Amino acid sequence: MGNIGSFPLDISFTAPAQGVTGLFGPSGCGKTTILRCLAGFIRLEGGYLRVGDAVWQESAHFLAPHKRPVGYVFQEPRLFAHLSVLDNLRYGLRRVRMMAPSIGLEPMIDLMGLRGLLRRSPAALSGGERQRVAIGRAILAQPRLLLMDEPLSALDRDAKNEILPYLVELPAVLSIPIIYVSHDFTELEQLADYLILMRKDGRVQASGALHTLLADISLPLARMPESAMILAVCVEDYDAAYDITACTANGVRILVPGLLGTAGTTRRLRVRASDVSLIKGTPQNSSVLNILPAHILAAEMASANQMLVLLGLDGQASETRLVSSITRKSWNTLALQIGDNVFAQIKGMALADAR
Amino acid sequence: MWPAIVLTLELATVTTAILILIGTPLAWWLARSKSWTADVISTVVALPIVLPPTALGFYLLVALGPHGPFASLLPFFGLRSLAFSFNGLVIGSVIYSLPFMVQPIRNAFRVIGDAPLEVAAMLRASPLDAFFSVAVPLAQGGIFTGSILSFAHTIGEFGVVLMIGGDIPGKTEVLSIIIFNDVETMQWRAANIVSAYMVLFAFAVILVTMMIERRTRRLFP
Repeated sequence: MGNIGSFPLDISFTAPAQGVTGLFGPSGCGKTTILRCLAGFIRLEGGYLRVGDAVWQESAHFLAPHKRPVGYVFQEPRLFAHLSVLDNLRYGLRRVRMMAPSIGLEPMIDLMGLRGLLRRSPAALSGGERQRVAIGRAILAQPRLLLMDEPLSALDRDAKNEILPYLVELPAVLSIPIIYVSHDFTELEQLADYLILMRKDGRVQASGALHTLLADISLPLARMPESAMILAVCVEDYDAAYDITACTANGVRILVPGLLGTAGTTRRLRVRASDVSLIKGTPQNSSVLNILPAHILAAEMASANQMLVLLGLDGQASETRLVSSITRKSWNTLALQIGDNVFAQIKGMALADAR
Repeated sequence: MWPAIVLTLELATVTTAILILIGTPLAWWLARSKSWTADVISTVVALPIVLPPTALGFYLLVALGPHGPFASLLPFFGLRSLAFSFNGLVIGSVIYSLPFMVQPIRNAFRVIGDAPLEVAAMLRASPLDAFFSVAVPLAQGGIFTGSILSFAHTIGEFGVVLMIGGDIPGKTEVLSIIIFNDVETMQWRAANIVSAYMVLFAFAVILVTMMIERRTRRLFP
């Protein structure tokens, strides 16, 4: 854990020194302002900012933006129109006085899939290609903190899906903290390890590991339509005859239609709360693929007709959590109570698009 | 005739070169400064557009003459007076054409906005570095337009040149003054030839500028 920044006047938060910290909140809550303060574009009067061991702002001391080892990926790609793709990539790299850059030009070209675009002018690129160049350019300046301000929000769905896999790969390659701002929670579900939830008034509502916050059914996250739990699963084997992949989450075996990945790889599985149903007693003759023994950890009334139920799956060692959204009528009919042992059912087809 | 043509082109070239050097940073400051002094300086820069050239030329004549405020500095450059000299013409032309250089460049810098400069800062470029590596290349259309306009405007100027340079053949007698002298001495044919060429020149310059601008807009949308 490193102290990323603290704004005593408005907000203060810490983020892990590695991995992706998602900054999520309604528009107008100040997400972009926070990034602009970190970058040094905005100077908060009386603000204090420390990143790692370096103080960037304290009373009269204010580190100029170009002296901060920060990478910034903006909403729009903002490529330099007068430079080729290659020269855009090189712009920051050649200004870094560093003996051994932690990532060089060639590996970055491959990582972002830019090999065929190098000689082109930014005007001749698609929206997705431009943003990939912008991401590569920011990282090549060898930042020690990467800020991403809704880098996908200006793109259409196809371009988003084109870039997401590159973003998923990033944290494994970079050993620096990434702060990722978004108002689209599905992006953060796929990318973030850690979350900072902001309220409309600009204050921090909650922060913590992604799975911890998702498992907190008292937060508004669990009340969002389409709310889901994200399970880190390990791919075990693939049954070609049925086109089904078996994977495990902390020892709990889950079947997912389609080919999820090669054996041994880790994937994020999205399980919608509304796709998880509960059975009291012994289930039999069900078409549902995944019937997992579990116990009820907590329950919360979300509305007059909806109950949110937090489940602990009976696996090994550390416990996997799942949220189920059921009607209050079912909750009462089954006479469910906290501590009850139940079976959680996840229909296989509900996971078909869960990657 | 030829000495006047050479002198006119020489004056326009030197003036344009000096204007690029001082006009670009000035335009940058005017485009980015939020202080009221920028408005005042903008106004001063725009004055030559509306001022009678003779009024401007008169004050320049006084200022650059042997009794002007800079007179005590002149001996260091081996000069007695800037009035009625080529150097005086250059100074007058630079001031007279300043708005034609500064305004297109300032507008180009405004169009660029903050975004590319923020990117440059995030890529470790100092403000000076970003000015040369990002702002100037992106504003090259404005710098080009300003240069052409300044060049053409200097060739076409009359009042300031007459006031400050006098009418010394081979030294300060430029083409516009030749037309004036031809008319004064009733040489209508000679005046017509020079005037016609100057009209053609001005037409060609403005047309080519517009065509090149249209092309750069396609390249840098």
